Parts: sequence; structure tokens; C-alpha cells
Amino acid sequence: MADPMKIRASAKDGITEVKVLMSHEMETGQRKDSSGNLVPAHFITELSAEHNGKQVLAAQFGTAVSKNPYLAFKFKGGAKGDKLAVSWVDNKGDKRTDEVAIN
Amino acid sequence: MNMQRREALKAGGGLGLFGLLAAAGLITPSQARAEWNKSAFDAKTIEETLKALGATGAQNSTDIQITAPDIAENGAVVPVGVVSALAGVEAIALLIEKNPNPLAASFMLPAGTEASVQTRVKMGQTSDVIAVVKVGGKFIMTKKEIKVTLGGCGG
Repeated sequence: MADPMKIRASAKDGITEVKVLMSHEMETGQRKDSSGNLVPAHFITELSAEHNGKQVLAAQFGTAVSKNPYLAFKFKGGAKGDKLAVSWVDNKGDKRTDEVAIN
Repeated sequence: MNMQRREALKAGGGLGLFGLLAAAGLITPSQARAEWNKSAFDAKTIEETLKALGATGAQNSTDIQITAPDIAENGAVVPVGVVSALAGVEAIALLIEKNPNPLAASFMLPAGTEASVQTRVKMGQTSDVIAVVKVGGKFIMTKKEIKVTLGGCGG
């Protein structure tokens, strides 16, 4: 199981700004280890963010997204105390969901 | 003995299925999520990628801004943001021309989500970064060159 995400969501003037830092290797599948073998690709493919159960962002990642991916976005609405959940799935089927309260 | 084994298998199988369903129900968002666009992420050129995204013939536009450094010292972590003041942006895709697979990430924006996303990407070498935006069913794009002094795909 992967480490938890760091999520910050802050509501201001009717707009909620969300910043997510995921913990993931994001192997491209093009790198070789010290003995010259290809390191198999291992990366997050899909991500979804939901505000009180309503989807506010869906993303698909390729291998070019950096290790420990960072993502920031904004959506209209959202108030202090509302729930914001982010979940991702990687190419090996691992998944993780974390939830925070908007502040 | 055999009967017991069968029953145990049955019970186990039933439980497994139930567990799977519960897990799926818990984790999968209620909204239908688009399948990971393999053909777009596997494409090797900008043209192929645009085609796989259904964005062939995207027009250049000044209504999109790419916020990124002109020079990236470390190609492994290049902060890139895409912002557009246009209303009704439905999707944003981020392409890096000289990477082995240009498509880095794509974002679907439901109504109410602003056309403003930021992430960090890997760049193998100095390259144009292209933002493709879908707005009102049409595709527009813009590009910006980012110089990389140290590639991000070395071993």
C-alpha cells in the first residue's frame, strides 16, 4: 500500500484551490537498473477528485509525470468543512484514496 | 472430504466476489470514469497523440497560457501549469514534443472546475511543451519551449 497523499484544499471567495502531493515512484519503464535490466513501468494512470461526492476533476497520467506527482487545480464552490476526496489507480492496480476537510 | 472442500471453495469464492464488489463500490467513483487512453499515451509523435485524442487540426490560440520556467535545471521535475481564461473548458492535455511518448497528462474538467491545472513533469531534453485545450467541442493549442540543462530520463 502506498503512502498517504498530502492534500490541501482551501476555500476563498467561492473558489476552492486544491493541492495534492502523491507518493509514487512513477517508473517510466525506460530506465535501467545497475545490472542493465529495464525497470518495469510503474506509474499512476488515473486520478479522480470529488467534492462531497461530486467529481471535480478526472485526470489521466502518463509516465512523464514526475516522481511523487504534484497536482493543483481550482473549482467553483466548496465551503469550509466540506469533504474533498482524491483517489488514484496505478498500472499495477494499486489504488489509494485520501480525504480531507476543506479549510 | 471432497464435499467439504467444495463447500469451503464455494463459501470462499462467494466471499471473494462480495469483497471485490464492496471494494469496487467503495473506491470507484459513482460517475463513469473514462478508460485510460492507452493509444494516446503510447503515441510516439505529436500528430499521433493529437489523433488519438481526437484533436487533429487543433488551432493555435493565444487564449491559453503555459506557466513554466524558460530554463529547467532538472529535467526530472519541471513545474508546468496550464491556464485559460476561456469559459467552458472541458479538457486539457499536456504534451512534451521530444519525450519518447509526448502525452504527459490529460485532465477532464467537469462544469465548475476552472481551466487552471499545475503539475510537474519529466523532460528528456529541451523541447516544446504543448497544451491542448478542448472548449465548446473544439480543440485549441499553444506551445512553449522549455530548455532543459539536465535530462530527466537518465538511469
